[in-house]
Amino acid sequence: MLWKLFSRDMTLFMHRKQDVVTVLGFFLIAVALFPLGISSDPELLKTIAPGAIWIAALFSTVLALDRLFSEDLDDGTLEQQMLMPVPIALLLLVRLVAHWVITGLPLVLLAPLMGLQFGLAFNEIVILTLSLLIGTPVLVLLGAIGAALTVGLKSSGGLVTLLLLPLYVPLLILGTSAVTSAMNGVDVTAHFSLMGAALLVSLVLSPFAVATALKITLD
Amino acid sequence: MDIAEFLHMGGHGFYIWGSYGTALFLVLVEVFFVGKRRKKAKEQLEQMEAEFARVDNQGISG
Amino acid sequence: MSATRRIHWMKYASASNFYPLANRLAPIFMGLAVVLAVIGLYIGFFVAPVDYQQGNSYRIMFLHVPAAWMSMFIYLLLAMYAIISLVWRVKMADIMAYSLAPTGAMFTFIALLTGALWGRPTWGTYWIWDARLTSELLLLFLYLGYMGLYSAIPDRQRASRAASFLAIVGIVNVPIIYFSVIWWNTLHQGSSFSVSEGASMTSDMLSALLLMTFACWAYTIAIVLRRAQAVILERKKVALWASQISKNKET
Repeated sequence: MLWKLFSRDMTLFMHRKQDVVTVLGFFLIAVALFPLGISSDPELLKTIAPGAIWIAALFSTVLALDRLFSEDLDDGTLEQQMLMPVPIALLLLVRLVAHWVITGLPLVLLAPLMGLQFGLAFNEIVILTLSLLIGTPVLVLLGAIGAALTVGLKSSGGLVTLLLLPLYVPLLILGTSAVTSAMNGVDVTAHFSLMGAALLVSLVLSPFAVATALKITLD
Repeated sequence: MDIAEFLHMGGHGFYIWGSYGTALFLVLVEVFFVGKRRKKAKEQLEQMEAEFARVDNQGISG
Repeated sequence: MSATRRIHWMKYASASNFYPLANRLAPIFMGLAVVLAVIGLYIGFFVAPVDYQQGNSYRIMFLHVPAAWMSMFIYLLLAMYAIISLVWRVKMADIMAYSLAPTGAMFTFIALLTGALWGRPTWGTYWIWDARLTSELLLLFLYLGYMGLYSAIPDRQRASRAASFLAIVGIVNVPIIYFSVIWWNTLHQGSSFSVSEGASMTSDMLSALLLMTFACWAYTIAIVLRRAQAVILERKKVALWASQISKNKET
């Protein structure tokens, strides 16, 4: 049953290939903007690399979240799904995982390339990719709450970012400082433990929060 | 301490009076707009109540 | 008849009972605010001495610290009312949360501005990314998010519930933000410092500080009561309009 839901979500998302390409393109461009806008000095680039790549991933996630609920709201399937016999939180978890696979995982896979662009060393790239691997699902899980609250609103682009910013900042700090610490030879166990904990907590709690937010939106 | 010294605040006058001045300004703005909002709401409500009372007394076509 | 009257606080959960009470209380608290502020500032400026480290600039503290405290207390209150509104669907609680937000945002802004103006003569820079100022900045975003979400949703019931939910998420997030920024600071600076440390407090300074804090509280009560009154009247107007239309439809 769950697998059917998952594959259904995946096929639906795959049919929106255009959206995926847009988000990826945005990520690539956003990352490129940092050296272009700041400086191409190699030392400086290494310093800003974790922040730049993480911030670009953050904004790409917010962009992709817009698509999460909006189309299903339009054609009414969202309300139908809320009435299904499956617990809503479970349904949402499956959908969020599918969403991450389609929009978050590609970012993680592109991260090594981005790291090379900024002149990072091999172990630093590994840490960067790992931090995004754990971090981007959390971004999706938390971001879905903001997306659920703002579905269907007309001028909601900047609003969602404003709502999600305070939620994202602690994670941003964790992720970027993991990479920076790796650069300085500092042990990163604490960073990854905390990020892992954040992932677990949001995996468990976020579907319920999103479900509550959707109930508020649809009632 | 005379007035000039007081305003000068040992060279920190800009920061001190800038702070307190802006705060006072914002407070006055807030008080003004909240007062305006309340008065407007009150007037509109009273107008509406009077209008509806009149209409009810005269019948719908009134 | 009993000589003592018991006040049934629950009756103020109804807007029509709240309104006359607010009418009586608001001017009292506003007057109280003015009196306390005048006394507090008098002590702060004329009785408290010049600080040997910071000179006169430390006097901004009498505004910065109460403003920062208020910004946090008000958000706590807002979240509390949001919970009551969301869980027990008490309309008056929603009105209180909604009325608290702009004042809370204003205090947050004042805290940030005075922090910057205090920092410049003291530490040489207008902005420091220390734990307290950075958290204060994010608190401002929480307020703006609440107000923005509320006004972006056309349906008022959905708006109030969505914003209340957001406030609850926010209050859970506040300690997380605070500790993560502290941690972030220790990574980058070795020690976190903030402008309110460094001035040793005399009892005069403390009295002025407390008086200003109470003044801010009294002001907040007064202005929030007034704003709540405005909101009650506006919603009454909408309800009246709706009932009139349905009355006309019936006949």
